Amino acid sequence: MTGVARTESEDSAHVLDETRIREQFPILTSMVGDRPLVYLDNAATTQKPRVVLDRLSRYYAAENANIHRGVYQLSQVATDAYEGARAKVARFLHASDPSEIVFTRNATEGINLVAQTFGRSTLGAGDEVVISTMEHHSNIVPWQLLCEEKGATLKVVPISDQGELDLDELDVLLGPRTKLVSIVHMSNSLGTVNPVREVVERAHARNVPVLVDGSQAAYHMKVDVRALGCDFYVVTGHKLYGPTGIGALYGRRTLLDAMPPYQGGGDMISSVTFDKTTYNEVPHKFEAGTPHIAGAIGLGAAVDFMTSIGFEPIVAHERRLLEYATNALTAVPGLRLIGTAPQKASILSFVLDGVHAHDIGTIVDTEGVAIRTGHHCTQPVMDRFGVPATARASLAMYNNADDIDRLVGALTKVREVFG
Amino acid sequence: MSDLRDLYQEVILDHNRSPRNFGPLEGADLKADGHNPLCGDKISIAVKVEDGVLTDVRFEGSGCAISKASASLMTEGVKGKSLDEARAMFERFRQLVTDQNALVDPSLGKLAVFAGVRDYPARVKCAILAWHTLRAAVDDNHDIVSTE
Ligand SMILES: Cc1ncc(COP(=O)(O)O)c(C=O)c1O
Repeated sequence: MTGVARTESEDSAHVLDETRIREQFPILTSMVGDRPLVYLDNAATTQKPRVVLDRLSRYYAAENANIHRGVYQLSQVATDAYEGARAKVARFLHASDPSEIVFTRNATEGINLVAQTFGRSTLGAGDEVVISTMEHHSNIVPWQLLCEEKGATLKVVPISDQGELDLDELDVLLGPRTKLVSIVHMSNSLGTVNPVREVVERAHARNVPVLVDGSQAAYHMKVDVRALGCDFYVVTGHKLYGPTGIGALYGRRTLLDAMPPYQGGGDMISSVTFDKTTYNEVPHKFEAGTPHIAGAIGLGAAVDFMTSIGFEPIVAHERRLLEYATNALTAVPGLRLIGTAPQKASILSFVLDGVHAHDIGTIVDTEGVAIRTGHHCTQPVMDRFGVPATARASLAMYNNADDIDRLVGALTKVREVFG
Repeated sequence: MSDLRDLYQEVILDHNRSPRNFGPLEGADLKADGHNPLCGDKISIAVKVEDGVLTDVRFEGSGCAISKASASLMTEGVKGKSLDEARAMFERFRQLVTDQNALVDPSLGKLAVFAGVRDYPARVKCAILAWHTLRAAVDDNHDIVSTE
């Protein structure tokens, strides 16, 4: 093992113990054919540690009941676990209060929820929503739909050749009709980490609220929604070492209180008659129907897992690994990195002269290396850089220098095939 | 996992490097565009038809080695064929790349090199995009063909 973490001497409390971390992820010992799996598609979804898997099965084996409804003890146990998970997510994002956390299916639903409630009740004809070129489709399409419905306009902040947000242009685009800025914290196709605090300051100076898509950022760095000052922040559980089908929306309490409900149904009401229905208080107003109880509880275990390791060692490990991987990949003949912002994390998008990304993906897969190829749900980014697709290796806390060496070895095989 | 060389056969690599019948077609009678949103492959097919026979077929676009080679070999394969023969070839080609048990139909000629694709389900769409697009062209269908 090359062990990048060992190349520098550092306070041992802040160094990630690679072996111990890897042991906690059962899938990392699987084989692809006769090769051990190298998993480098973390930006698509992360693997799950045993504590999360165990928590899910304990819930179903010992605590399963519907929540908020039963007077019997088991229902109370399930309710406490579910609401306890909300409190964990609130602490993880440094929200003021658990009531500012709405459970959703994923980040996509979090953004759609804001578009359909806050957006729908705020936007009128001629108003504007500001996003950026580097948004995931899930932070583009909900706003396009809304703008179309309302006769509003979508404004797009451009990015530089390195993949950095053009803040000067943001200032130009923020106008009297801007009703919301919705921006990604960390780009899933470039790795760029945006200066969210600055974006928020500029938007708030004009009384414009800001939604931040934290799908990528939240498993690579500490997120403090109060320090960022944003008004909404969305995360998706399956990228936080947690289960699929669960995500969370942080919303500033005053905004959530003022927003109309999202979907109608059980749990989101306080009383229903055919004349008038009054809605439950936040966050329940936004959680109609039986939620993904197990998923929320699993997500609670996942954020506990990250907190127990701590973001300081995670960030340090991933930063060193990113540097190692950047050097290793740029040494590959004909390889060009897409996304070279000084502020970036854990993502390496690249193209290889004369070889389409899709062919790279297939060939490295035969070596047991799982990477993503395509447009990564960011077609405007591909257009901006004039490439049809990229290959993307994305890191998580359990990756190590061996994984990068295996990727580079597999890329040699691509050259052998394509000459 | 089967051998990579079954997928990336020399003929495929050759047609990827130097695609035949590549570029615009002056005075085309029928045209269609195809798109594979998953990987960003884009292709346009243009054909000339005389008395129900494909007298010329050319393509343009960008894509992976499999999709480019497939388009290139397809243009060679269908030139001189009647529209009905081209449609029948499409069906045989589809079977070749999707059906694990299909015997290779000798009438497919060089196109048989794509038999390896059937072991890579994620790549079937790449191989078949050009054919869907040709089919749209000869059926005079103006919707953009999408593999999704
Ligand atoms: C930046 C970004 N935003 C949004 C999403 C959407 O996440 P989900 O599909 O879990 O809603 C993703 C991941 O696919 C992402 O990387």
